[in-house]
Amino acid sequence: MNSAHSPAMIELSQVTKFYGEGEGEVRALRGIDLRIEAGEFVAVMGPSGSGKSTCMNILGCLDTPTSGHYRFLGVPVGEMSADQRALLRRNYLGFVFQGFNLLSRTTALENVELPLVYRGLPAAERHVRAKKALLEVGLTGRESHVPSQLSGGQQQRVAIARAIVSQPRVLFADEPTGNLDSATSVEIMKLLTALNEQRGITIVMVTHEPDIAAWTHRVVKFRDGLIENDEVVRRSESAVRSL
Amino acid sequence: MFLNALLLALREIRRNVLRSSLTILGIVIGVASVITMVTIGEGATAQVQADMQKLGTNLLQVFRGQGWGGGGGARTASPPFTLDDVRAIEQEISGIRAVAPSASTGAQAIYGNTNWSTQVTGTSDKYLEVRDWTLANGRNFSESELRSGAAVCILGDSVKQELFGSQDPVGANIRLQRLSCQVIGVLTAKGQSGFGQNQDDIVLVPLRMLQRRLVGNSDVNNIMVSARDAASTEKVQQDIERLMRERRKIRDGAEDDFNVRDLQEITSAFTNSSRVLTALLSAVAAVSLVVGGVGIMNIMLVSVTERTREIGTRLAVGAMARDVLLQFLVEAVTLAAFGGIIGIILGLAAGILANNAFNVPYVFNPGIILVSFAFSAAVGIVFGYFPARRAAQLDPIEALRHE
Repeated sequence: MNSAHSPAMIELSQVTKFYGEGEGEVRALRGIDLRIEAGEFVAVMGPSGSGKSTCMNILGCLDTPTSGHYRFLGVPVGEMSADQRALLRRNYLGFVFQGFNLLSRTTALENVELPLVYRGLPAAERHVRAKKALLEVGLTGRESHVPSQLSGGQQQRVAIARAIVSQPRVLFADEPTGNLDSATSVEIMKLLTALNEQRGITIVMVTHEPDIAAWTHRVVKFRDGLIENDEVVRRSESAVRSL
Repeated sequence: MFLNALLLALREIRRNVLRSSLTILGIVIGVASVITMVTIGEGATAQVQADMQKLGTNLLQVFRGQGWGGGGGARTASPPFTLDDVRAIEQEISGIRAVAPSASTGAQAIYGNTNWSTQVTGTSDKYLEVRDWTLANGRNFSESELRSGAAVCILGDSVKQELFGSQDPVGANIRLQRLSCQVIGVLTAKGQSGFGQNQDDIVLVPLRMLQRRLVGNSDVNNIMVSARDAASTEKVQQDIERLMRERRKIRDGAEDDFNVRDLQEITSAFTNSSRVLTALLSAVAAVSLVVGGVGIMNIMLVSVTERTREIGTRLAVGAMARDVLLQFLVEAVTLAAFGGIIGIILGLAAGILANNAFNVPYVFNPGIILVSFAFSAAVGIVFGYFPARRAAQLDPIEALRHE
């Protein structure tokens, strides 16, 4: 890695996050240092209340730290306004949620187009790019299906297509397989692995399940608002990424 | 950006047609009732004006009796006019175009084996001029017919239709009661008066003929005076009042036992009252528009709560707070505008139907349509802003977590 020459994709230094005041104060993050390089596939683990969700929210620019610094591609995020963070999300980040978060009664194609709508792309170009993204997640032919007509795995594929349609630098996945059976989970993990390996998208994924974490090559474990363990692991299946 | 928001709004409205329809129902009803009220009101106003015009231009009528209604008792108690009164008005009052006496009685008009109950009015050849009426056929009374009280008559359009159908009645003889009477002319159709009477159901005869052969007295029930122009009617009215007081020897301080009615006055009174009524009804209808706005706000608030996760998702994929604000605002305005358009269409349809039913003309008023549309859009902005701001202020993390 050439971290000395170019800024890391993600860099947290001494990040804290406190909620509330006085007696009821909750210290969700108590000083986190984390550096994630471009192209990494990182699993974030830890029991509930360990601070991993708070950390993900900060990484995803949905929340700001109480103290400490977050640099995204070297740019400090902490000083950004809500609108600037929205622009950062719009142009550089993709999100995949446990509950898919697709717009109901809205076709798969329209769901995938959503981020492009906010980028102000013309309808024709949105269609082309959304179709391409659906092709990439293996859902060609389902463009006009609404979420209720799709299986859980298919819905998550639509959500992944929505996340990658704007060609983000980082994809944040919050328990992407949490609502899926194990066979479907494997399919989704294969898809994420492919996106990471072929498109070079950096992926940060929260998970509870060790099998799912085993698909990644770095596991960061949270406990009580601190990083307890950060280790590079070998993938359980097939290819080992050449570092 | 704005176009995008509009497309999003349309998509959202289409996504839930039932809810959208219920949301705009209040606006639809509000706008429709305003438009209907205004349409009916304006039709009625136009009708009153047209009807008054039909009675004759700048027409003054001199009646026996006191006050507006007069009442049978008061009227019979005061002495009738005479032809001398008519002549005096004609000669002594300036600014008049024509004067005609009038006395009426109900009578059966019979032709062949058809008979028709109608109103026979005895008058002079000036009647047509005073009433702004023309002959469809035939001629007016001649000087000698008037002087001698000849048995001739001019038929109103309805009487002609009833007795003769499509035949030409001029030259034929009809019977009025027992009296045979030659038809010398036919009046053009005038239609209903502002008071709902059929003005064409009339037979005109020389005044003297009516007095001698049909009623058996020499009374003149009223005198119709046509002023030369609208500006002079007031002066003419005062002059007639003074003259008649003199001629009828009414002492100073005593009340008139006749009255002079100015149709212009009646027209503007009617017009004003129908305008006031229209404004009042429209105001009541406008209240329902505001209630419609509250309906939109309600549903939009529910919608914001219901779509909290969706808003979170939008924020996550890069929507700014103002994008969300604009989306919900445009959605509210679009809904309201839809409601406005549907309301305008329904209101116009109801107005036209009602005007047909009430037999008043339809007056197209683009102003009220524009105002209604603008007002409903404004209702959308005003009542949509609060829910939209609430949506825009949502915290993305909370919103994403919302169940």
